[in-house]
Amino acid sequence: MTEMENQFPIVQVMDGDGHIVDASYHLTESFIKEMYSKMLRARTLDKKSVNLQRQGRIGTYAPFEGQEAAQVGSASALEEGDWMFPTYRDHAATLTFGHSVSTIMLYWKGRVEGCVPPEGKNIFPPAVPIATQLPHATGAALAEKRKGTDRVAIAYFGDGATSEGDFHEGLNFASVFKAPVVFFNQNNGYAISVPIEKQMNSKTIAQKGLAYDMDAIRVDGNDVLAVYFETQKAIEKARNGEGPTLIEAVTWRYGAHTTADDPSKYRNQELSLEKRDKIDPLLRLERYMKKQGFWDDAWKDQVAKECDLEIEQAVEEMENFPEPDVNDLFDHVFKEPTWTIKKQKEAYLSQKRGETV
Amino acid sequence: MTTKAMTEVKTNKLTLVQAVTDGMRTMLSEHDDILVLGEDVGQNGGVFRATEGLVHEFGEDRIIDTPLAEAGIIGTSIGLAINGFRPIAEMQFLGFVYPAYEQIMTHASRIRSRTMSKFSVPMVIRAPYGGGIRAPEIHSDSVEALFTHMPGIKVVVPSNPYDAKGLLIAAIEDPDPVLFMEPMRSYRAFKSDVPEGKYTVEIGKAATLAEGDDVTVIAWGNMVSVAQKAVEEMTKQGVSCELLDLRTLYPLDRETIVASVKKTGRVVICHEAPETGGVGNDVMALINDEAFLYLRAPMSKVAGFDTPFPFFALEEEYLPTPSRVSHAIKEAVTF
Ligand SMILES: Cc1ncc(C[n+]2csc(CCOP(=O)(O)OP(=O)(O)O)c2C)c(N)n1
Ligand SMILES: [Mg+2]
Repeated sequence: MTEMENQFPIVQVMDGDGHIVDASYHLTESFIKEMYSKMLRARTLDKKSVNLQRQGRIGTYAPFEGQEAAQVGSASALEEGDWMFPTYRDHAATLTFGHSVSTIMLYWKGRVEGCVPPEGKNIFPPAVPIATQLPHATGAALAEKRKGTDRVAIAYFGDGATSEGDFHEGLNFASVFKAPVVFFNQNNGYAISVPIEKQMNSKTIAQKGLAYDMDAIRVDGNDVLAVYFETQKAIEKARNGEGPTLIEAVTWRYGAHTTADDPSKYRNQELSLEKRDKIDPLLRLERYMKKQGFWDDAWKDQVAKECDLEIEQAVEEMENFPEPDVNDLFDHVFKEPTWTIKKQKEAYLSQKRGETV
Repeated sequence: MTTKAMTEVKTNKLTLVQAVTDGMRTMLSEHDDILVLGEDVGQNGGVFRATEGLVHEFGEDRIIDTPLAEAGIIGTSIGLAINGFRPIAEMQFLGFVYPAYEQIMTHASRIRSRTMSKFSVPMVIRAPYGGGIRAPEIHSDSVEALFTHMPGIKVVVPSNPYDAKGLLIAAIEDPDPVLFMEPMRSYRAFKSDVPEGKYTVEIGKAATLAEGDDVTVIAWGNMVSVAQKAVEEMTKQGVSCELLDLRTLYPLDRETIVASVKKTGRVVICHEAPETGGVGNDVMALINDEAFLYLRAPMSKVAGFDTPFPFFALEEEYLPTPSRVSHAIKEAVTF
């Protein structure tokens, strides 16, 4: 191991076989089952979305299968009123934090409505331009600090994102202003086709916190318990006015970068099969539960059935959603449309009416 | 003007994106100082397969997978360019060029000026752009005007495979920075004959795709096929249309545009970028300066709206259509 890997060891609570390696947490059956159910719900959404894309019922989709523990564990540590700044791959996080399933799907159906969070949920639209959301999280967190609340912000981003300037600016600002923000990195080893060894010479992402004198920690991103507890600590610290934290969750995406990508071009997919068996976030909880004697096939089937039902209902909702309204194209650019937009809208709509007569 | 393909030169039926690859391959094999840099351009061959196979032919030292940072890609390319290399830098999508805008605006485009030609940047920036392929948000931006407005960089946009290869080679040979925009919707829309080996399509020259007397229709990139459909329809209805594919947006082909307008007296410009501040305005300004007295009707634009490019469920409402162009042609000839 290199010096940095020694300095930032991968924190685990439970290993891939479902053994507890850190016994300092009190783990209840209901908590374990809750985490399992949340992850299964997310996985069900993900698999369904990939299928919908294949059937042409939604557009290009970015799957997250394999990253459920990182997203569900971290999002579960947030409280109502906190802020979430996700990317295009973080639907398990937004779902867990209270986004609606059908809205998440609408986003991939090319509907702008997919960006609008449910009432009372501070969920920013997914960041498509890489790393742009980090400074936003810093700013939103700073706003909470200035308002005197104890709310925090969390920003999600990938390993590739740490190469962009916005990553460094977001971290530096947060550090300088002691903003109550958690930078939650999912290091899934790839930025599309580029493996992390080509992305950076840094041996860890956590070490990038050193440059900004920021607390940083590296966790097993497939261990929902480690992710949950470490995120919770970082959030508590932020709430107490002790500033930002960088969390590196080491994980793996099983599938393609998006449904438009072919991973066999750049990596051996056998590796994903191996990871599914060795480090899968759901499988390790199942193994743990079996050891503890509270796994029950009937319970699992029941949870799976509920997830299927919920997701199927959401698909129906998505597909029965009102047709897109062309007025929306023009009406939300400014609070008050400019004369240019009004003129363009009128000209277009009247021409359109004329054509269809 | 186009370098004539010699009769004995072999041609291949290629798509536009294959022609781009072919252009790079042709130049890479002849010149060691040419490098390709970008995200996923190596092993993956680019997200659109534009650099497919190049890393195997030319090696990782020349076909370089960069870290994910557009400012880094362009800034590093500038450094390479002022010191003896000719980088071809790929922006994965034109909609992700913005982090690099500073490097292009404050350095690439003005180093020659700032150093009285002591330093120059013979760099090509390749970038897929434009709507119509149901891409996720931001991916469809058509922001050529951000660059035609920028002093010190040329902007070219092919609409077909032949021009793509010829213009790309001309851009690589150009001593100054060139933004080479690749119309995504046209990437695999059709194949046409592309000569093997090196040939160029001169930067600054438009192509006249149809000759006519009543109206000049002007388009580029993805909008050429849209304008073409409108022209075919209006020709059937008895309107004699001239169709210009600009191919270069800066500098404009003054001669071809002005001569055409002097002949037809009517102008319809079609672009998918927002109307305000679009390149259509520069075309109009040129015509105003050089052919005003020949106009028989107000010039018009069929363009994107002054709105962000919409999510794809509404993109067909945003993008100019043949019927919108036909409508504008009718208005021009019945004015
Ligand atoms: C500024 C910018 N450049 C390029 C892209 C194209 N792109 C989309 S995702 C991606 C890779 C991101 O990798 P990483 O940050 O590791 O996140 P992951 O996709 O693995 O979750 C790239 C290059 C983009 N969206 N934004
Ligand atoms: Mg990644």
